[in-house]
Amino acid sequence: MMALTMNTGTLSTARDRRARLTRDAIGVLVILAVAVLGYLLFPNNLALLTRITAIALLVLSLDLVTGYCGVATLGHAALFGAGAYGAGIAAAHFGITDPIAMLAVGVVAGALAGLVSGAVVLRAHGLPQLVLSIAIIHLAHEAANKASGWTGGSDGLAGIMPDAVFGLWQFDLWGRTAYVFGIVLLIAAFVVLRQIVRSPFGMLCRGIKQDPLRVRAMGASVHGTLIRMYAISGAVAGAGGALNAISTQVVGLDSLSFTLSAEALVMLVLGGTGSLYGALIGTLSFLWFEDVVSAANPFHWLTIVGALLIAVVLFAPKGLYGSLAALIERRGRKGR
Amino acid sequence: MQTVFSIGVDALAYGMVLFVISIGLSVTMGLMRVVNLAHGAFAMIGGYIASYAARDLGLAYAVAVMLAVVGTILIAIPVERLLYHRIYGQPELTQVLMTIGITFCVIGIANYVFGPTLKTIPTPDSLREPVSLGFRTVSAHRLFVIACGTAVALGLWYFIERTAFGVKLRASVDNAAMAAALGVKTEVVYAVSFAVAVGLAAFGGVVGAELLPIEPYYALRYMVTFLVVVSVGGAGSIPGALAACLLLGAIDTTGRYLMPEFGEFFFYLAVIAIVWIFPRGLAGRAK
Repeated sequence: MMALTMNTGTLSTARDRRARLTRDAIGVLVILAVAVLGYLLFPNNLALLTRITAIALLVLSLDLVTGYCGVATLGHAALFGAGAYGAGIAAAHFGITDPIAMLAVGVVAGALAGLVSGAVVLRAHGLPQLVLSIAIIHLAHEAANKASGWTGGSDGLAGIMPDAVFGLWQFDLWGRTAYVFGIVLLIAAFVVLRQIVRSPFGMLCRGIKQDPLRVRAMGASVHGTLIRMYAISGAVAGAGGALNAISTQVVGLDSLSFTLSAEALVMLVLGGTGSLYGALIGTLSFLWFEDVVSAANPFHWLTIVGALLIAVVLFAPKGLYGSLAALIERRGRKGR
Repeated sequence: MQTVFSIGVDALAYGMVLFVISIGLSVTMGLMRVVNLAHGAFAMIGGYIASYAARDLGLAYAVAVMLAVVGTILIAIPVERLLYHRIYGQPELTQVLMTIGITFCVIGIANYVFGPTLKTIPTPDSLREPVSLGFRTVSAHRLFVIACGTAVALGLWYFIERTAFGVKLRASVDNAAMAAALGVKTEVVYAVSFAVAVGLAAFGGVVGAELLPIEPYYALRYMVTFLVVVSVGGAGSIPGALAACLLLGAIDTTGRYLMPEFGEFFFYLAVIAIVWIFPRGLAGRAK
């Protein structure tokens, strides 16, 4: 399906547009169906499902820069953490407890963090780029740890008491409101991002991933485009961070950790880069797998993740979604 | 004055440990263009082998070091044949994932086999006593580490600049396809340099065990430091790596002495500043 979208390019006829909208509608329905299924199957584990939703936003945002722009980063949790701390500090220190306002603060904080880290990371290429991203996440972690007056340091930022959503739905003990809030947020982000990645701007980003020199020769600004994508990515990650702060009512230093950044990358690649569905599938399968395995045997969790990574690189280099899509396409061609 | 002197000695020793471990990473990265995040894992394996040999089997320190180097190379060969071989020439992201996967596996296995505690490598008595330099006394171990680093730097310089193999190695770094066309067996060059890199990592891991203690998360904790050294120095350059190690060792040690409450804040700030100014590393070449 990916290849189809690319082949038709920007020459979109009305029929193509309708076909894409239908596909988006199917995507939204699938997300909704999975969400309802999760709600019915695990009514006592909604906190985990909400966390998966928040991390899904982080992985989607990582997909924007890594999958669509080809920027390898191991420091993307900085954007997520900025959103989480932004929303948390707004609530705990400034009394902004309306969840929508907290979300807005998180999105803005994430976008700003995206601008800053984008400006730094895009300075170099290859290994130095990776190292810059690692340095950013460690620096952010140390800074948050030091500024304990604002962030609570290693104890975490507590005292976040979000109001009811629109004054109607109170955040309850079972996390039902938080779950619905998160799913609505995820679907909204998904719809917006679908539009962005297939817009001329999104196509330009893909072009930069394939051949930056040629894009520059065509007269487009490579750096400017990537910085803008980084800011958008930061906004999405910030929304995920804010969702995490609102639903758990606490922000810890782990939201700014290298581990979270690395795990987000693992989830993205597991699902398949360069596709929003891949990001979602990767997050869901990784976190579900983590929950099952770490409950069964916490000792071997890291070994299993490592083996899983090696297996994905060796046997499914396009990720779960990419391999599945390629398989279906091959079947379809044979059938014809 | 005493503080300045001890900071200087510690910084030099720390920088030398970093150099011994990461120079192999720098050479293989310049040669094979593989972003190898598992390099620290090999240093850790060396440390574990030496600790087992010296502490549990009661062998002499020198024997333990030899065993660690040889043992780590023996472990690395099948890993290289089976896993690394598949990622040469692949995109960076693939290499990052594969090598992070290997690192996670090694950490998990080390945790299971040796337990989560710190492992010490008993050093001989002669390395434990302080040595008098006439005006100051210095820990003999620090001097030993500095001497090892200097020896490795000189040995590598001779190996790469003065031997026939070094010529082939430099040719392969500059242009692997052309070197192969001229009859250099690049496969052999790759294999030998990978083995040397892993052996040096193990050696550094053992010698530097007092500064970078051996424990299961070693591979992940210091991986970042080794990568930083390579990218700051510029992949494939020995003088660059040496300069980067001494500079970063000095910054890190000074920061720890004078402002311990800030942890690694200054280290990473310096890294960002250096990479910002020299995006290809201190001794990096334009592509």
